[in-house]
Amino acid sequence: MNVVVTSLTPVLPEIVVLGGALVLVLLGAAKGDRIAGIMDAACIALLLIAAVLVMAVPDGRFEVFGGSFVFDGFARFMKVLTLIGAAAALFMSIDFWKKEKLHRYEFGLLVLTASAGMMVMVSANDLIMLYMGIELMSLSLYVIAAFDRDNVRSSEAGLKYFVLGALSSGMLLYGASLIYGFTGTVSFTGIAAAAKSPSTGLVFGLVFLFAGLAFKVSAVPFHMWTPDVYEGAPTPVTAFFSAAPKVAAIAIFVRVATGAFPGIVPQWQQIVIFISIASMVLGAFAAIGQTNIKRLMAYSSIGNIGFALVGLSAGTASGVAGVLIYMVIYMAMTLGTFACILAMRRNGKAVEEIDELAGLARTHPATAFMLGAMMFSLAGIPPLAGFFAKFYVFLAAIEARLFALAVIGVLASVVGAYYYLRIVKIMYMDEPKAPFEPMAVPLRVALGVSGLFVIFFFIYPAPIVAAAQAAAKSLF
Amino acid sequence: MSIVGLFFYLFAFVLLASAFMVIAARNPVHSVLFLILAFVNAAGLFLILGAEFLAMILVVVYVGAVAVLFLFVVMMLDVDFAELRQGFMQYLPVGAMVGLIFLVELLLVVGAWVTAPNINAAIKAPIPPLSQATNTEAIGLVLYTTYIHYFQLAGIVLLVAMIGAIVLTLRHKPNVKRQNIAAQIARTPADSVEVRKVKSGRGL
Repeated sequence: MNVVVTSLTPVLPEIVVLGGALVLVLLGAAKGDRIAGIMDAACIALLLIAAVLVMAVPDGRFEVFGGSFVFDGFARFMKVLTLIGAAAALFMSIDFWKKEKLHRYEFGLLVLTASAGMMVMVSANDLIMLYMGIELMSLSLYVIAAFDRDNVRSSEAGLKYFVLGALSSGMLLYGASLIYGFTGTVSFTGIAAAAKSPSTGLVFGLVFLFAGLAFKVSAVPFHMWTPDVYEGAPTPVTAFFSAAPKVAAIAIFVRVATGAFPGIVPQWQQIVIFISIASMVLGAFAAIGQTNIKRLMAYSSIGNIGFALVGLSAGTASGVAGVLIYMVIYMAMTLGTFACILAMRRNGKAVEEIDELAGLARTHPATAFMLGAMMFSLAGIPPLAGFFAKFYVFLAAIEARLFALAVIGVLASVVGAYYYLRIVKIMYMDEPKAPFEPMAVPLRVALGVSGLFVIFFFIYPAPIVAAAQAAAKSLF
Repeated sequence: MSIVGLFFYLFAFVLLASAFMVIAARNPVHSVLFLILAFVNAAGLFLILGAEFLAMILVVVYVGAVAVLFLFVVMMLDVDFAELRQGFMQYLPVGAMVGLIFLVELLLVVGAWVTAPNINAAIKAPIPPLSQATNTEAIGLVLYTTYIHYFQLAGIVLLVAMIGAIVLTLRHKPNVKRQNIAAQIARTPADSVEVRKVKSGRGL
């Protein structure tokens, strides 16, 4: 009996989240939306318990379910990050749903199932597990994108995301079937052993698989859905989309590249370099003309994914460590920014235009200061956290002698700085508009924590950097 | 040619022909009917392989449930497919290019194809041997042991689909009379039966 318990310990967080979700479904069906607040609290508690359980798994590499599920340092790091991101996004959402009279218990449930899908994805060690995780996550995300079902834009966002997501799943499956056909196995370990040299069929499979994954991280040229979905979905959903699912998708991208294809690095490296450059450049230039702040954040997330992929392009342990550090800092910045966007309410209505922020420094000085810090950090200005995020990925690229990539990245971040700094200029120099409604407590907490993290990261970055390096080493 | 070979070519030909008709038929109802024909022929191919369970599941699930559901949707939604096809010529060049790329890729992939050296041994020795378990048993043996986690996860995916459908479409309309079983059972003669004296020759 003891043996069974020990061998399932690495899967315990998933079991807790899914089991909890099943219990909560029944509870919700019995009690209805009256207990939506309690359900949200229970969901947040479950996510945090799962994070604690993930941290409690002993060090080392564990393979469960015949090697299809792997738990290592990398999985631990990414799972804790996604769980914290999901819990924070859920925490920030409650006030919005109450004010919009949309407080329904299913939102927390779907965030739970999406998080379970992400955890499965992060730990996937074969193509079937990868697909199950991606589908579990995506299906939950399609539904919550359309959660405000009486709103045309929200329904359109959900439908668009669903159709394009189904297309990307098709590409991913096509690639997976080619890889299975040319290596004779679905296990990443087996694929790595079989794929010592590139063959035409295998490379085609790789291209299609990466196309599917690039869609999930919204990297150019598979980014078309991002601006529309980010703009149309309710703001808390957008906040969730830009945090936890991004982290999980990047994690599975890294795991597939390093775990299944270490033998054909030059083949996938050129793909990653291309989508990285394209994402950085498009993210920087397309965001300039945006007037809606959620759309702006969509292009910003495309650009940031490009920067994160710079680290993966290097294909080294220090590059992967750079990706991990980047994702931690990106998540803090994006959640902080969305806390401010969620606070943009006037006369009981949410406003989303960038011009509405005019003169925020005089009406809400503390919020303006924090949002300004987020924007300077996203632009990559030292000593804020965003500078270090970019520093580590570019350092890894230079160590791998990818000078052109690093130079293009720095240039793209200079262009990107323009639209981040424009927001600061609007807040501090333009004539003030009528003040927003007072900020809800959960948003204050989220903004405060992420703001402190971003501003004071440089004083003591060692724990996160060391954890990321240890996590990255477990892959090589 | 053996009788098995004959049936293989029969099923395979009808399968491909009806699959082509699914996309070529003008009337969507005909498309769905051809889809059903394609499923049945695929089931025939499974039978030739000796996989009776998969063949029956294909007929029961795809023909019995999925295709019939398609038919309902096609007939009830009354989508104007002629209108949907209006942009067809406009997108033809792009579509043809994508199709051409896929064709070239397929040819490249087929050209690079090598059969695994031990494939014959693998086919001859399915796990467990057919003499010990029927193919239904063989699926059951791995589905609920080795692959239990995939099975459970697929169940959760379906649950999410159900929750999603309810979240997006269920509306509690006011002014709709619903059965309330508790209220029905709690009725007593006192509040549902009234006894009146009716004089003869006069109504109420």
